[in-house]
Amino acid sequence: MPRLRTLFVALAALIALGLASAQTVVTIATVNNPDMVVMQELSARFEAENPDVRLNWLVLDEGTLRSRATTDAATGAASFDIVTIGAYETPMWGAIGWLKSLDELAAQYPDAAEGYDFDDLLPAIADGLSYDGELFAVPFYGESSFTMYNKRILDEAGLTMPDQPTWEQIAEIACAVHDPANGITGIALRGKPGWGDNMAPITTVINTFGGQWFDAEGVPQIDTPEWNAAISFYADLVQRCGPAGVTGVSFPEALALMSQGRAAMWVDATVAAGFLANSPAGPDIAHALAPVGPVAKGNQWLWSWNLAIPATTDKTEAAFRFLMWATSKDYIELVAAEKGWAGVPPGTRISTYERAEYLAAAPFAPMVLGAIQAADPLDATANPQIAPGVQFVQIPEFQGIGSDVAQIIAEILAGNVDVATGLQRAQRLAAEAMQDAGYY
Amino acid sequence: MSRKRLGTLAWAAGTLLVAFTMFFPILWMVLTSFKTENDAIAFPPKWFFTPTFENWRVAVFGGPVLEFMGNTVWITVASTLLALALGFPAAYAMAYYRTKRTDGSMLWMMSTRMLPPAGVIVPLFVIFRDLSLLDTHLGLILLFAGMNLPLVVWMVTGFMEDVPFALIEAARLDGATLWQEFTRVLLPLLVPGLAATALLALIFTWNEFFFAVNLTTRAASPLSVYVSTFKAAQGDLFVAKMSAAATASVIPVLIAGWIAQRQLVTGLTMGAVK
Amino acid sequence: MTTSMIQPKRRRRIGEGRRFLSAPAIVYLILLTQIPFALTIYYSFTNWNLLRPGSAGFLGIGSMFRNYQRILQNPDFWQVLTNTVVLTLSVVLVTFVLGMAFALLLNRPFPGRTLARTLLISPFLMMPVASAVVWKYLLLDPAFGLSAWVSRTLGLPAVYLVERAPLASIIGIVSWQWTPFVMLILLAGLQSLPEDVVEAARLDGAGPLGLFRFVTLPHLRRFIEIALLLEIIFVLNVFGEIFVITSGGPGIQTTNLPYQIFLEAFSRWNIGRASAYGIFAIVLANLAVILFLQVVRRARQEEGR
Repeated sequence: MPRLRTLFVALAALIALGLASAQTVVTIATVNNPDMVVMQELSARFEAENPDVRLNWLVLDEGTLRSRATTDAATGAASFDIVTIGAYETPMWGAIGWLKSLDELAAQYPDAAEGYDFDDLLPAIADGLSYDGELFAVPFYGESSFTMYNKRILDEAGLTMPDQPTWEQIAEIACAVHDPANGITGIALRGKPGWGDNMAPITTVINTFGGQWFDAEGVPQIDTPEWNAAISFYADLVQRCGPAGVTGVSFPEALALMSQGRAAMWVDATVAAGFLANSPAGPDIAHALAPVGPVAKGNQWLWSWNLAIPATTDKTEAAFRFLMWATSKDYIELVAAEKGWAGVPPGTRISTYERAEYLAAAPFAPMVLGAIQAADPLDATANPQIAPGVQFVQIPEFQGIGSDVAQIIAEILAGNVDVATGLQRAQRLAAEAMQDAGYY
Repeated sequence: MSRKRLGTLAWAAGTLLVAFTMFFPILWMVLTSFKTENDAIAFPPKWFFTPTFENWRVAVFGGPVLEFMGNTVWITVASTLLALALGFPAAYAMAYYRTKRTDGSMLWMMSTRMLPPAGVIVPLFVIFRDLSLLDTHLGLILLFAGMNLPLVVWMVTGFMEDVPFALIEAARLDGATLWQEFTRVLLPLLVPGLAATALLALIFTWNEFFFAVNLTTRAASPLSVYVSTFKAAQGDLFVAKMSAAATASVIPVLIAGWIAQRQLVTGLTMGAVK
Repeated sequence: MTTSMIQPKRRRRIGEGRRFLSAPAIVYLILLTQIPFALTIYYSFTNWNLLRPGSAGFLGIGSMFRNYQRILQNPDFWQVLTNTVVLTLSVVLVTFVLGMAFALLLNRPFPGRTLARTLLISPFLMMPVASAVVWKYLLLDPAFGLSAWVSRTLGLPAVYLVERAPLASIIGIVSWQWTPFVMLILLAGLQSLPEDVVEAARLDGAGPLGLFRFVTLPHLRRFIEIALLLEIIFVLNVFGEIFVITSGGPGIQTTNLPYQIFLEAFSRWNIGRASAYGIFAIVLANLAVILFLQVVRRARQEEGR
């Protein structure tokens, strides 16, 4: 069939032509958080300044992104030239050679790294993105956790929030103002299952109640009195004074409650403060430190979303150029100019916290900076733990174990399972997984 | 008006009402794609509105829909052609050179179509990785061709059996080669059947999601994968744009299916019901 | 299954070698299905996790069934299995009833019949993922979806069905998609019912119900069997709707076997465990087909055929 052959030749020629004329196409996988959406919007500037590079975006929700990015890195499929990854993954991936060392790239491409000022990155955040002293990702935004509350609601009830509340005090205040009949929830807390969803705040409660996921050898410590106390406390609190349908509540849902003035307080990521400031309830919002329990440790978490370059990419130079652009001081200035200072990505650079404009627009900033600097992933639990992390444990098995346990905890929060039975099941699942992985 | 005629009209009205109800979600999707984002989330829902093409302009023609549709079209067409190229000679052997093993082979082929995709996704993923087929058009083309091959063999064998063998014998007496038998005798007679077969393979491939989402990430992803992640990339207002993207994704198959209603039955049952 | 296949045809001996023209297709299918199948079995005996490079080893004779043991001991597995079976059976039941009703409606000439059929088959042609987003965000959304409006109009409290009755929602949506499939096949069956048989039964005094029970249904048997068998096979594999609408949740209330395998493989990267689940999926599919054929055979025997 000569006609068919002609068609194929023509097609092949077309494809070849397309390849020849193309710019460097950099594929970026990122998460659909508001700060990243702004980045995508503003990235047209980068393309204008770098006409030889075209950016190809893949925006996913957190769970899907994690799945895709990990699969891509683990298999060396090389679909992405830049991935957005969390503080949990970065050092592990760096250690097994899935990411390019940014220190090396900075030495290799000094032009792109010029003026970046690596020393300006918050040490608390940058340390968490390094393995063996080498940096494997640059932070796009960083966060700790703290208490946000609606001062008007508390004032009307004649209550005051201490600067450093205990969980007991939080529970007292929350239940005093809890008024579902009038649409006021005492406290917004996460219950949606997921190690990055409900287990993030719950792990901080466990830490400060003296519990921990594993011991120093990796033996799970879930069916312990400390876990029982922490989970009982949390379950009781959300059931009595928490949002309806708590197992469907995660960050966005809680944010919605707080920003409409329908929740009196909320313990969650500091990054929420910027969003709340621009919300209807904004003027009423005040801040306090993350609540503590019997043990004053691990009550404030540490997290960052970061950009990294997979080891498999062959577009290193263009990818690195974008990394340097998107996390630079100039980028923060750009966001400030376009979206206002309150909206700049927080928790990444010392210089941001030295800007009077930022401090004026974000009065909570010093507290956020303090929390980020105080959170210590290396010393977050009463007894030594097998790997670093405040609201997670930096071992590959944690994702699976964390998701399974999160599921069980959600059932406990929903009142379907009692605490002791649930924790026993969780302990068994975790123990199996750790034994299968050969930890002990 | 006779009672019988009245009965028929009532029947027609009732059936059309049922049909309209079943179709309603699709209609609603199409309507929403022409609303403004604010109209799309208005409550109570807006039944009358000023149509806008903005969503189509932004989400379909200005967004990546066309790029993903290109992937889908390329994967669909190539895999269908490959399945036909492999299946046509196989059907010829099955129809005209029956042996003791023919029925067994046919049944076995059919049984491969019943293998749950989830049962083999892990090794396929590993094989794709080792052969560097992850996130490539080629990988999905090879896979979908195999997925549709049993269908092609079953259907085309059925169609070939309807061709009088005398026609082939006549051609052979004239000294026709195998190739000439294919192109001069069988192809012209089988065009409608092949078209129906191809159409069905196209529908299956176009709509496939499980393999696509697990074996591609971005570059080779078909429309189905894009539609499934569409919302993540949007802000608060996305319903109308999503409707436009979804409508664009389903329209080709809807039209193809409407045209080929009769062949659909034959194909769905792999020729068991004609 | 077509009758012509059962009678061997005598062909001229010319080109007997041409019977091997089926070889490429067969080899292709062997490569594409049997190798992965064998590998699934092998991987299910390993401890391989993609996140732990170098973990791809065989579990050892003593503990080679560990992945299976862990699955069978996991209470979630039984929930997942139940979900899969409930989902499949419910969809089959709903679509059979509706599909039969629609087929009967269409099996009679009336003005607008082609239009009605065209509208009715459309849900089946929809890309499942597109159906899923339409149902989730346009129809069932608790804030501005049509369902909220309908329940408001009827004076009922607005409930978010996907959260209140997640599995039922999935069953409803999948049934909406698959009803046309059953309808089309049954309609083909109805239309192949010879007119004179119907007339003869009528003359014998059969009413519409008797006609349906003693003439139409027996004639439709083969069509019903094929429709249900194929539907079982396809609905066991439902994935896209769950992926988009519930992600298997809340909890694991809508996690079926394919979704569980997806989670195991692509969010835990536990290749060994995912493969063992895969074997369960294959066994389940085969069991379903065998059971179904058994039921069909017994029904036939009882009727004394």
